[in-house]
Amino acid sequence: MIRDTLLPLVSGTIFGAGLALGGMTDPARVRGFLHLFGNWDPTLAFVMGGAVLVMALAWLVQRRMQRPIFAEGFSLPDRSDLTARLIGGSALFGIGWGIAGLCPGPGFAALAIAPTSAGIFVAAMLAGMILVRLMEGKT
Amino acid sequence: MTLLATGLPGFPDAAPLAGLAGGVLIGLAAALMLLGAGRIAGVSGIAARAFGIGSGSMPRIGASAFVIGLPLGALIIMGLSGAAAPSFAGPVPLVIAGLIVGIGTRLGSGCTSGHGVCGMSRLSQRSLVATATFMVTGFATVAAMNALGITVLP
Repeated sequence: MIRDTLLPLVSGTIFGAGLALGGMTDPARVRGFLHLFGNWDPTLAFVMGGAVLVMALAWLVQRRMQRPIFAEGFSLPDRSDLTARLIGGSALFGIGWGIAGLCPGPGFAALAIAPTSAGIFVAAMLAGMILVRLMEGKT
Repeated sequence: MTLLATGLPGFPDAAPLAGLAGGVLIGLAAALMLLGAGRIAGVSGIAARAFGIGSGSMPRIGASAFVIGLPLGALIIMGLSGAAAPSFAGPVPLVIAGLIVGIGTRLGSGCTSGHGVCGMSRLSQRSLVATATFMVTGFATVAAMNALGITVLP
C-alpha cells in the first residue's frame, strides 16, 4: 500500500517542484518558447534537455535491471507503429498547448498557484479526455 | 536562488539554470517512477487513470497520489522562492485549450512528459514523431495567433 501510494506521491511532488522551478507553471514562459519567430525564450529547451538527460541515464540503468525496485515487473509501452491517430492527436495537443501555454503537468501543478485558472483548464482537459472515451465506446 | 536567476546572453527572458535545475528534478521524478515502479511518468495517462477515464495497469490510488503530488511540489517551490503568481489566460481560451489538450493527449497517447521526456530519452520512434508534431503545431499556433493579433495573456 505504501509503495503503491508513497512512491507515486514522491515522484509527483518532485515532478511538480521541477515544473515550478523550471518556470513551466508560467504560461508566458511556455508561450515564450513557442513564440519561435519573436522574442524567443529558450528556457523550456533547458527544462526538456535536463529531464531527457537524466532519463536517458535512467533507461541505461533500467536495461540492466531484472525488475523495478518496488514492483514485480516493468509495465512499459512497446509499440513502435506510427499511426494517424498518434500524429493527429499530437498535432491537436500542440494546438491546445499553444493557445493557453499549458500542458497536463503544469495544468495540475498550477492548481497550487492559480486554482481558478488551472481548475478551469484541468476540468476542460478531463472533459476532453472523457469525450474521446465516449466516442470510442469504452475501450 | 540568485544563481538560478542567471540569464542567457542574447535572450533577455531566458532562465537557463533554473530551467536546467527544474528539468533535472523532472528527470529524477520520472527516473524514480521508472526504476522504482517500472512505469512511465506520463502525466496525461496517469491523470486519465486517476480520474477513471483511461484503463491501465497502474493502481488508481497510485495515479491519484502522483497527480496530488504535482501541485504539492509546485507549492513547495512557490513557498521557497516567494515569487509572484504568473498570469493565466481567461476562462474562454482556457476551456478551449483544455478541451483540445484533453482530446489530443488521449488520441496521441501522451503529452510533453510521456512522449517528450520519457519517450524521447528512450529514443522511441512514436515519441520522437509525437514530440516533433506537437512542437510544430505549438509553434504554428502561437505564430498564427500573433499574426492575427489574438492575445490570451495580459
